[in-house]
Amino acid sequence: MLNEQQIKKLKIQASGICEKTVELIYHGGGGHIGGDLSEVDVMVTLFNYIKYDPKNPQWSGRDYFILSKGHSSETYYTLLSEYGYIDRKELDTYGTFGSLLGGHPNKKIAGVEANTGSLGHGLGMATGIALALKKNRKENRVYVLTGDGELGEGSNWEALMSASKYKLDNMTWIVDRNFLQISGKTETVMPLENLKEKAEAFGFKTVEINGHNFDQIFTALNIREKDRPVCIIADTVKGKGLACAENKAEWHHKTPTKEQLEQLKKDMAEYRKELA
Amino acid sequence: MEKEACSSAFSKMILEEAKINKDIMVVCTDSRGSAKMGTYPDELPEQFVEMGIAEQNAITVSAGMSYIGKKVFVIGPASFYSMRSAEQVKVDVAYSHNNVTVIGISGGISYGALGATHHSLQDIALMRAIPNLTVEIPSDATQMRAIIAELLKAGRPTYIRIGRNAVPVLYHDMSEIKIGKSNRWFSGHDAAIIACGQLVCKALEAAELLKKEGIDITVVDMHTIKPLDTSMIGSVAKECQCILTLEEHSIYGGLGGAVSEFITQNIPVPMKICGIPDEDVPNGTDEEVFKYYRMDPEGIAKKVKDLITIKTTCKNE
Repeated sequence: MLNEQQIKKLKIQASGICEKTVELIYHGGGGHIGGDLSEVDVMVTLFNYIKYDPKNPQWSGRDYFILSKGHSSETYYTLLSEYGYIDRKELDTYGTFGSLLGGHPNKKIAGVEANTGSLGHGLGMATGIALALKKNRKENRVYVLTGDGELGEGSNWEALMSASKYKLDNMTWIVDRNFLQISGKTETVMPLENLKEKAEAFGFKTVEINGHNFDQIFTALNIREKDRPVCIIADTVKGKGLACAENKAEWHHKTPTKEQLEQLKKDMAEYRKELA
Repeated sequence: MEKEACSSAFSKMILEEAKINKDIMVVCTDSRGSAKMGTYPDELPEQFVEMGIAEQNAITVSAGMSYIGKKVFVIGPASFYSMRSAEQVKVDVAYSHNNVTVIGISGGISYGALGATHHSLQDIALMRAIPNLTVEIPSDATQMRAIIAELLKAGRPTYIRIGRNAVPVLYHDMSEIKIGKSNRWFSGHDAAIIACGQLVCKALEAAELLKKEGIDITVVDMHTIKPLDTSMIGSVAKECQCILTLEEHSIYGGLGGAVSEFITQNIPVPMKICGIPDEDVPNGTDEEVFKYYRMDPEGIAKKVKDLITIKTTCKNE
């Protein structure tokens, strides 16, 4: 469990990441802002929780993180910059010709473990990594973050079966369950419910949490179950923090206006003031 | 003539290698029988991964294991690995620089009467258009072993297509075989056949038939479709002034496509692309289908003679 001080620290950090992500998208001329903002709190907690070394991205003792919902790269880039994998100058190239930081992450970027973008690949990649680590008798853990709309891809369910078959208890799958995809509600486009029962039926130890509650995220990341992979369904709000974008499918990929960015900055400053 | 299946050559070799190198992993998709994996799964269960009938996931999981340093060979039907898993090969293997060897078995029309669902007649067109992917079609078991040996030394994202049946052994010395270097047979200047896979043998037989008629040709065994041995193609184009390509693949986009892309842009000479036409293939064994499309030695010899006529006409005009 996290204490009040730790939660406050995470809240402040997350509000900064939210702000910087929206700024990055504003200056870069576009990005998958909705899914970027729904994943901020989970991603910030992960970066505070998993083992890694930005000075040595290939450190053999690190945990592995795969952003299967590769389109939500702007939050990822912001965090990689915050932790020193990417320098500030590099981050500023986002959206320009020839930038290392494309719309989807690539292993050429320090800290990135998999080239994602096409949906339905991260779970299989995480399964392969976790399986090889297990065969090598390594203790490293593998975390993979998928979207919810992404789960329409059949390859995910193939991966779940194999992760379960090989008893990959060194793997945690997190779903950014914001209930929206580009065309509208996930439950209208292609219903996923009951997702928890589905994940359980596929052999995963599954919990549903509030994806904006740092204590719940932290507690869920600590779940270990012998011989079973873990699934965390993190209920989130698409566009979280940017008031005009919250829970709106049309903000799946959009550039905020200058006024909207300024409003967000004001809101975040106010929020941090309240916390202090 | 001594015969051996490329799949048997692979399974025997990988079993011995994997006993020594514990990083070697073989991945199957309910395909251990058709891949002729024999005792491997029982002898080395820790180095064998069964993914069930899920080719897409098999490729991605292979890529993940490769990222951790495993030497992964994923083996199953060419038709499914190249098309159903095309995106996984593109994204997780080639684009992600994961050194997985994808082995497509029962390639081309090996599955015979099982039909178009099981034929892989578009795999080369698809695979060779993917950047950073090496594409191989060995013509015999020795080539298969030499390619695997080279990949074990230095892995690279690779697609290897092999046939189902035992094929004549054409080579006995593995040192003659290198990825990216074709093998030339004969030195005739009347025409050149550039072939790959099990049709190389038929091209050699056609060359013998033509020799009896006083026609001397060259046969090139182009086992590596990518990176293409353009230096050899340039040489035989210059020497023979006409080229017939021969492959167990659609006439679109395969070896013929690759050779013609080089020829038309560098050293234009008359060419004929011999492969499977763009139509439903009749049910039958591969041998019956080859005969139907005149891809037997007699038919190939006839096509070479027709090509030589075109070459002569062009010269005289």
